[in-house]
Amino acid sequence: MNKAKKNNAIEKTETGIEGFDLISEGGLPKGRTTLIAGTSGSAKTVFAVQFLSEGIIKKDEPGVFVTFEEPPEDIRKNVISLGWDVAKWEQEGKWAFVDASPSIGEDHVIAGEYDLGALLARIEYAVKRIGATRISMDSLGSSFARFSEAGLVRNELFKIAVAVKQMGVTAIITAERTEEYGDIARFGIEEFVADNVIILRNVLESEKRRRTMEILKFRGTSHQKGEYPFTVIKNVGIVAIPLSGIELKQRSSTVRISSGNAELDKMCGGGFFRDSIILVSGATGCGKTMLSAAFAAEATKNQQRALLLAFEESREQLFRNASGWGIDFEKMENDGILKVVCRYPEAEGLEDHLIIMKSIIRDFKPHRVIVDSLSALERVSTVKGFREFVIALTSFIKHQEVAGLFTSTTGELMGGTSVTEAHISTITDTIILLRYVEMFGEMRRGITALKMRGSMHDKDIREFNIDGKGMHIGKSFSNVTGILSGHPVFAAPEEIDRVRDLFKEA
Amino acid sequence: MNKFRLRLYITGKTPKSERAIANLKEICKKELEGLYELQIIDVLESPQLAEDEKILATPALIKDLPPPLRRIIGDLSNSEKVLLGLDLSPVTSGNQRKDRGR
Repeated sequence: MNKAKKNNAIEKTETGIEGFDLISEGGLPKGRTTLIAGTSGSAKTVFAVQFLSEGIIKKDEPGVFVTFEEPPEDIRKNVISLGWDVAKWEQEGKWAFVDASPSIGEDHVIAGEYDLGALLARIEYAVKRIGATRISMDSLGSSFARFSEAGLVRNELFKIAVAVKQMGVTAIITAERTEEYGDIARFGIEEFVADNVIILRNVLESEKRRRTMEILKFRGTSHQKGEYPFTVIKNVGIVAIPLSGIELKQRSSTVRISSGNAELDKMCGGGFFRDSIILVSGATGCGKTMLSAAFAAEATKNQQRALLLAFEESREQLFRNASGWGIDFEKMENDGILKVVCRYPEAEGLEDHLIIMKSIIRDFKPHRVIVDSLSALERVSTVKGFREFVIALTSFIKHQEVAGLFTSTTGELMGGTSVTEAHISTITDTIILLRYVEMFGEMRRGITALKMRGSMHDKDIREFNIDGKGMHIGKSFSNVTGILSGHPVFAAPEEIDRVRDLFKEA
Repeated sequence: MNKFRLRLYITGKTPKSERAIANLKEICKKELEGLYELQIIDVLESPQLAEDEKILATPALIKDLPPPLRRIIGDLSNSEKVLLGLDLSPVTSGNQRKDRGR
């Protein structure tokens, strides 16, 4: 980002950690030391390992890992599930451990003055031996427990921090915190590396864990401010979700695609736009899934691919229901037109869902993405987390230039809106409302296009019914008012004529 | 008495290193005359040896033989502690050494 402007300023080293480089506006300050502080379980070690791993994988930059806590064997074992083969890199001379971890039975007697000069010599040796440009030290604080002379250890560690700075390598030092919101680190380690501080948090919020990272300061260079959610996933490691890094630069297409229902297309002024976000809102059982299925099935006609992410129903249920509307999902899947992914909302945290959804979209490259339903995902997250999720997902889908259709369940049977809508309505381009209308002791269904960005659309609330061939949209409820508020009232035809004439010019 | 095998790790020729060497030689002369082998390793010259032995603090004295292995850290100016660490404490007898101070 604006590299030209910063020619004389501090350069940054791309970490390769997804999302982090956006938040940090280019990575960690090059040749400097950054403190990563966090409570236990906040993924400090993962960050430290990933910093070196990504350097090796993406940029062929060797790295030294100084471990004060876990022995190297444990680290090798622990990170293999994240896709990092440390042992292999060690053989290739790209990774070197400096093992400063305590080993069992290693007792010592102290008999006189000492210093930690040997540790520094070992670090310098390892850096020189493999030509390292990155170094991670995890975690500095734990060395305090090993020696009784805290003052001396502090001094020595400070010396090491200074020496590392002089080596010209980009370094990470991790340190323990005791509280999520309190002192930066234990033992005052932050004073060693006052230049750059990143805080990793693992906050418990309404019984759900939420990981966030915050760049507290980057001396002499810019970064995004505030906390950003992140997650740790298999074979990838840390993935941060940079919300403010998302730019509204999606191209808008005027190409229309069919909703899978000719009448609905007509209502929307000729179909949905190709790269728009469509929200379908309605009470339970009023036809949202059916509308989604029709939208997916439409892909067949245009040699497109559709991705259906289902969070409410199982595969079997979904396939059976679809066949009830005359749609053969199984054949579509075999033809490679459709991919159905069913997951329990509770199976993962929302951040993980987002990452998984993104990677499926990247791999399958669909033209249409359907999420049924977005509101089911709402229950596994906090309000804040959900809002961030929706923003991140919609912007990602828009960037891929595909159409996204989300369904949202309203709480009330008639009328009403859902929280989902409140979060997403400004992001969506099209909102379709499906509503029950009670008429003479009968539940009928109504549909309306509430919003259709950039296009004329039908303002009527029309009746529709569902049969073995799908949805059929009929005439408008022209003599009923109050459908959306949930209190349908019949108006006499004369009254309607009167209202219509009210705005006519005389 | 079994032969003692000792290794002393130092980092450079600092006054602390010199003191450790002198102190150790004196103790050995007094207590282990003719019964010890001493190897002095400068970490700056052989960092890999320090890595293998996971040496953090120097000067560090390691007693390989007779077992058990013992580590003593510091310039060895406290000769009482050194003797304790080498299991040569004049006060305690063989069986009571387990509860020695750190």
